[in-house]
Amino acid sequence: MRLAVLVNDFGELAIDADLIEAQSGDLVSIAGGCVCCSFGSDLIGALVTLAGREPAPDQFLIETSGVALPGAVARSVALLPSLSIDSVVVLADAETVRVRATDRYMGDTILRQLAEADLVVLNKVDLVDAGTLAGLRSWLEEAAPRARVIESVRAQVPPALLFGRGHDPVATGPWSGPSPGRIRPPAPAAAAYESESFALRMPLDVAGLAGDLAQPGCGLVRARGVLRDADGSLKTLHVVGARFEVSASGAPAEAGTGLACIGLSGRLDRGAIERAIVRATRPVSPSPAW
Amino acid sequence: MTTIYAARRILTMNPSRPEATHVAVRDGRILGAGSKEELAGWGETTLDTRFADKVLMPGLVEGHSHMMEGTYWRYIYSGYFDRTDPEGRNWQGVKSIEAMVERLADGAATLADAAQPVSGWGFDPIYYGSRRCNRHDLDRVPGTRAVGVLHASSHILNVNTRALELAGLLRKGVDHPGIPLGEDGLPTGELKGPDAMTLAGSHVGFDREVLACDELGLRYFSRLCVRKGVTTAADLANPLPPQGVEMMLRVTGEADFPVRLVSLRRMSNDTAPDLIARAKELRAASTDRLRLGVVKIVVDGSIQGFSARLRWPGYYNGAPNGLWYVAPEQLRAVVTLALEQGVQIHAHTNGDEATELLLDCVEEALLKHPSRDHRFTIQHGQLANAAQFRRMKALGMCINLFPNHHFYWGDQHYATTVGPERAERMNACATALATGVPFAIHSDAPVTPMGPLFTAWCAVNRRTASGRTLGAQECIGVPDALRTITLGAAYTFKLDGEVGSIECGKRADFAVLEDDPLEIGAERLKDVRVWGTVQGGRVFQAPAAP
Repeated sequence: MRLAVLVNDFGELAIDADLIEAQSGDLVSIAGGCVCCSFGSDLIGALVTLAGREPAPDQFLIETSGVALPGAVARSVALLPSLSIDSVVVLADAETVRVRATDRYMGDTILRQLAEADLVVLNKVDLVDAGTLAGLRSWLEEAAPRARVIESVRAQVPPALLFGRGHDPVATGPWSGPSPGRIRPPAPAAAAYESESFALRMPLDVAGLAGDLAQPGCGLVRARGVLRDADGSLKTLHVVGARFEVSASGAPAEAGTGLACIGLSGRLDRGAIERAIVRATRPVSPSPAW
Repeated sequence: MTTIYAARRILTMNPSRPEATHVAVRDGRILGAGSKEELAGWGETTLDTRFADKVLMPGLVEGHSHMMEGTYWRYIYSGYFDRTDPEGRNWQGVKSIEAMVERLADGAATLADAAQPVSGWGFDPIYYGSRRCNRHDLDRVPGTRAVGVLHASSHILNVNTRALELAGLLRKGVDHPGIPLGEDGLPTGELKGPDAMTLAGSHVGFDREVLACDELGLRYFSRLCVRKGVTTAADLANPLPPQGVEMMLRVTGEADFPVRLVSLRRMSNDTAPDLIARAKELRAASTDRLRLGVVKIVVDGSIQGFSARLRWPGYYNGAPNGLWYVAPEQLRAVVTLALEQGVQIHAHTNGDEATELLLDCVEEALLKHPSRDHRFTIQHGQLANAAQFRRMKALGMCINLFPNHHFYWGDQHYATTVGPERAERMNACATALATGVPFAIHSDAPVTPMGPLFTAWCAVNRRTASGRTLGAQECIGVPDALRTITLGAAYTFKLDGEVGSIECGKRADFAVLEDDPLEIGAERLKDVRVWGTVQGGRVFQAPAAP
């Protein structure tokens, strides 16, 4: 997968840039946003430039500044016809986020960021006690009602949870979703995930299925699939937290169809997913003929 | 060679000799102001009587404008109020959307290149009632060109159907708060905010590449300065890339370039050490007519755009609080390092919460790096209240207020953005005077037209477009206003030892006026006619309109 990373890097120590290896000529510098002296946002300009590269990146990771509203950035990025939003991920520090959310100057901005998140990575959970962590979890249910929360240590999060997959799952070959099972990430106590895959050949209501999978009950963080819609067309389904999108698939007609779901270990509810699939495959009564 | 200029009256702004009839100039600097007899002692002199019926003031100092005011005159002026172009032509304001379309059509007819878009600027639909301009209005401009009109705020762009098509936005399903959709599900053509504007901007002539380092724009800008009596102008937020600095050094260095330009580098994605190091490099590259090395930081947005950061109770109409344009910790880091390194900062704050954050940062930084004369300046600071002025005074800060807002948006501030009480304290010049905070007043051109005498009229009268006096308690007198547009603005750039008054040793910079601003009356201060300027001893007459 080719990932283009846009880093926000104003800190006194240019830590982020130092950590990025192999920058070579591929580092694109972006100046600040708007105001009266300039037109438009350099972010959009940079994305247009990057998207036009050969070969084009499969996915973009945009690190916004600490004062940006990521939901607003996402809506602007979505204006580019060739790009769509995968997810808004907010990284929250378990030790400080609740204090920061009451900060005189930044509190409302932090709450707006959380409210717009599809995924919250709650980091440094090893540095708070169990009571604090429980309190944080219920606080986040209010502060980030849309989001699925991934707890982490040293911000170690399996890429499958953060990025899903860069490709249409069946565009490069026959359907082969990740096999069910557990993968243990390197750091202790870091988020572990499991996945479930379903080979689905029959036509179904793809939009309805996507909406159901985006409900918290299924316990999934992400779902991705290529599915045959009720009208026979091939559709790509994409779910991250409460965000979902269904679009026409570019996969060849003979390609296999199927659905892959990823969730945190112990949370993924295969039964709920199956019930959603059943709901979506109920035969649609034909339109009345009169 | 020494020249003595005779004038009808010379208002010196030098408190120990406030008025004179003659001023002696040698090598571009002032030998002295006084009577002809007093100046005779400087040796052989030539008497120049061309200003014998004129009034001289120190060259006016515009403390906050943008070179882009010059660039915009490449495009078709489409604003509501009359405005004078760099050649002195008066462009009548367009009083309806229909009239604006007609003006754009006239402009389109003069374009030779068939592919060239039609670009207008200065559009201000708040004066046309509730009717919004849409793409169908602009589609009435004949031909197949892309058409775009930039609003006076520079933050909204109206485009026609062709431009939407070119930008890839003429489709259903666009979901963006800055892009309203019509009943047909397609964008109406109104694009609000930089992100929404960018994709279409380059197709209607507002291209970043074109607008950066614009040599013609700089020349236009300098001509406007001469027309407004301005001899020193601040260009407040320039990215100052190396090729831009090279161009500006070359153009300002030409023998007949009429203005001293103070160009501030705007912080963007810089680390604090890089920012400060670059500022020092720029300072070292300064010349007499191009002053570099001051840093501009934008802390929040605008009040009328609801993007300024306000303290409780926030916006009068209930709009959510605005946006931080810089992270508080980044502001703190930059302010601290700048104080330590002796680099001056001018920071844009509009809302009172943004002002409070800046005051906090400066206070903290001063504890670490006490500095006797930093003159860190708040730009706009429109909503600052009396307590904040007292903090500015205690912290050694300056402020550059924006009284032109009273005229252009005062009615909106009263009715919608901040409500009556706060609207009446906006740009509190009288409080600044009473508190002893050194202050300037400005136009923010091209946001409002440049003209320090108009800005002074706004500070003196606080009159809105509808005729309301917005906070009579904050009006200041004409003499104070005149001092503010000369010495006051010069002080904020540490240039008050060099310019801003007519006295021995200073630069021979004069505004040459047909009318006496102390006699014309406070109500008519904006009507004072400007003949031209003298800058560094060089005479520049504003040419008559063609």
